Amino acid sequence: MAAPAVVNILVVGRHPEILNKVLELIHKNTPYIAAGTLTDDEAVKLFNKLKFDLVLFCQGIDPSSDKKLRHIFNSGNPGIKIIQHFGGGSGLLYNELRAALE
Amino acid sequence: MENMILYKAESRGHANHGWLDTYHTFSFADYYNPERIQFGALRVLNDDTIAAGTGFGRHPHDNMEIISIPLVGALEHQDSMGNTQVINSGDIQVMSAGTGIFHSEYNKNKDREGKFLQIWVYPNKLNVEPRYAQITLDPLQRINKLQQIVSPNPDDEGVWIYQDAWFYLGNIKMGHQIQYNVKRRENGVFCFLIDGKMKINDQVLDKRDVIGLWDINSVTLASESDNSEILVIDVPMKTEN
Repeated sequence: MAAPAVVNILVVGRHPEILNKVLELIHKNTPYIAAGTLTDDEAVKLFNKLKFDLVLFCQGIDPSSDKKLRHIFNSGNPGIKIIQHFGGGSGLLYNELRAALE
Repeated sequence: MENMILYKAESRGHANHGWLDTYHTFSFADYYNPERIQFGALRVLNDDTIAAGTGFGRHPHDNMEIISIPLVGALEHQDSMGNTQVINSGDIQVMSAGTGIFHSEYNKNKDREGKFLQIWVYPNKLNVEPRYAQITLDPLQRINKLQQIVSPNPDDEGVWIYQDAWFYLGNIKMGHQIQYNVKRRENGVFCFLIDGKMKINDQVLDKRDVIGLWDINSVTLASESDNSEILVIDVPMKTEN
């Protein structure tokens, strides 16, 4: 399946500076548009308000939040891709996005 | 063989940014090869040359075990935990990025380039408190044998990481042969030939070639040059990542 022309990404993390760095890197790549948040409540609000193709979890998401958010996002959009980002705004980011969208 | 990968040096990803000339064994940054994403928990092996006086500006990391091995020259490291250190050829540096760390890394020398290996391993525990360590190795302890430089155990030789992985350096002379026994049934062995020429089991490796083997109990390393320098990484083949 071909990746959409524009990919909308919801980024959830706990470290403000790293979240900003990840958003900055995502926005440098033209097909990607991202919204980011530090809290679960805000993540759910954004997810219900906007249409996302992919959710990216950054550091600090504990197992209970991970499970809760995955359940909410999968229930709201069974086709949503949810991936964990490793490395912190690193050289793996574009690789992870490409792999998820293939 | 279905339990082996062999990547020749010239097949690696390559990017020359002027200040940084880098070869990627696995997909990294703009190099993306879906057939070369990782070897189990081993995710990054970058072979970096940094121009004199330049380096990586302040940037973040999280949830990754990062091992740096200077091959030539010295790197100056500064991080958000307050560490300012110089790592020289012969040292090993480790960072558990955990919940998040910012750092910079510059070639300490203003008059010559530096070379180092940057290795990332997925951690077996997420969101740990960030930590930094470095050690100085005695190169005589790796002549015709493997010197442990990384393990999962804080009390063991070398630095330690949050993963059931072991790293070794060896300097093997012509005609010498070593048998390496894999640490865990779940682990594979990944060998990066830093210099020289070696036969690993029945495969010949030249400088900067790599071989990865799994579902094995041991590996035979035989030097076919006067001075073969090898990095051996014993790493879990299955991760949750």
